[in-house]
Amino acid sequence: MTNEEKYIHAFTTTFEVGEEEAKTLQFQGIPAWDSVGHVSLIAALEEAFDIVLDPDDILDLSSFEKGREILAKYNITV
Amino acid sequence: MMGDFHKYADHLAVIDDSERQVTYAELEGFTQTLARHIPRRCLVFCLCQNTLGSLIGYTTFLKNRIVALMLDAHLDKTLLAQLRERYRPDYVWIPGSLKEKVKGSEVFSDWGYSLIKTPDHHVYPLFEDLALLLTTSGSTGSPKFVRQSYKNIESNTASIVNYLHLTESERPVTTLPMNYTFGLSVINTHLAVGATLLLTDKTVIQRDFWDFMNKHGATSFSGVPYTYEMLNKLLFFRRKLPTLRTMTQAGGKLLPELHRKFAEYARQSGKNFVVMYGSAEATARMGYLSPEISLEKWGCMGKAIPGGRFSLVDGEGKIITEPGVVGELFYEGDNVTLGYALCGEDLVKGDENHGCLATGDMAKVDEDGIYTIVGRKKRFLKIFGNRVGLDETERLIKTNFPDMECACAGKDDEMRVYVTEKEKCVPIRTFLVQKTGLNPVAFRVTCVESLPKNEAGKILYKKLEEMYA
Repeated sequence: MTNEEKYIHAFTTTFEVGEEEAKTLQFQGIPAWDSVGHVSLIAALEEAFDIVLDPDDILDLSSFEKGREILAKYNITV
Repeated sequence: MMGDFHKYADHLAVIDDSERQVTYAELEGFTQTLARHIPRRCLVFCLCQNTLGSLIGYTTFLKNRIVALMLDAHLDKTLLAQLRERYRPDYVWIPGSLKEKVKGSEVFSDWGYSLIKTPDHHVYPLFEDLALLLTTSGSTGSPKFVRQSYKNIESNTASIVNYLHLTESERPVTTLPMNYTFGLSVINTHLAVGATLLLTDKTVIQRDFWDFMNKHGATSFSGVPYTYEMLNKLLFFRRKLPTLRTMTQAGGKLLPELHRKFAEYARQSGKNFVVMYGSAEATARMGYLSPEISLEKWGCMGKAIPGGRFSLVDGEGKIITEPGVVGELFYEGDNVTLGYALCGEDLVKGDENHGCLATGDMAKVDEDGIYTIVGRKKRFLKIFGNRVGLDETERLIKTNFPDMECACAGKDDEMRVYVTEKEKCVPIRTFLVQKTGLNPVAFRVTCVESLPKNEAGKILYKKLEEMYA
């Protein structure tokens, strides 16, 4: 899988949505992305890219798009 | 009970996350305004969020002896309609943005909320001391509610204020829903002492939450085990929170390691970490562990709250007196609620519990009189602080997915559902998410060839878990 595929996969499996919907997602935009879902998403991203996200980044990861910017800080381009 | 708001007239009662500030005198005025639109004691559905409008509704209803059935504002529309059909409330108090969810005529609106008059008038008689109806499981659409009396709320509020030493200088930030027993107890106890509620629906995983909390100098927050797991993940211990004095935890047993970690942090930073024990059936609280001994007694639940009493009972119904012996935990006190309601006809029922509650938890007590929860007698899980019955869930699934075997088991925050039809796995999970309003990660549905049973045909849950867990 490419990084982009891995990234999308983390969203589609965590929130059980299709790829197109995944790309539009925001925190609390769907019932599954509540605080519980957020923790699952963080776990999925950390596992997929073998990283540990900084707490500040966990707080800031509020949308699919924002997550791309955050991963860039870990030298991961998606 | 809701205290005399006049007594604290010029104190701030509320600061919300839109920066609106409301004094006790203003709050009193708001409740009088709303009360004028509800001519007499009746049943109201109160759709809750952590906002001013929701708080005004709740306090109005309680102060004016209007019986409120507390629900999550975001409850599924179909489930809400089913509950209305079952309980036939006279009014629904709902956020204005969601008012299309209910049929009826709007008779009043303010503070972002609307009062909707339903076509029903006093369909079911109400027991004279009935104050409030709360679910046992936070957000779920279960029709089962706990019937709480005015005396229950008064007694539990006074006891909590006493053991937490709450004063008007407190500023708790809301971290739990208002329709959830633990969240509501935070509101009741702080309004009783003239403190200032910091009202927000934001959660600990949002930056806005921490900004709001710091800006207004929050002195305490509360959490269920899952909240503390999130805080741990967020490296909460690194945060500078100079005004924070107290962290309280209830809604299920915290992992002992996390208990120790937070107790250690509290000791080093001069804060209090208070592990507590309760349930909606006991209004809110039954036990607590004094913060002074939280570190020494990590993993323990504590002792009974002021005015309450614990006892342990063995398999033969005898009281256990020696330390270290496990038995079922019973609680006695004025906060033991009246009983359950499953439908509108039950609202006239009186006190069925007579001040004594079988908790369904197994516990032991040490030489110092400190109790520890070691397991459960009844088959239920705590999922994100919500009590969810395993047998009830099984029945719910079997009713909606007939001709199939099903068994529910698992651990807190993760229910395992075992079924014998592969193609039903996904629909069952979707069904459970919709029915309970809980995040899908709470449910794992697994297909198995057959369920292990004993000769009498009873499902062997332990064996099932050993086989597949």
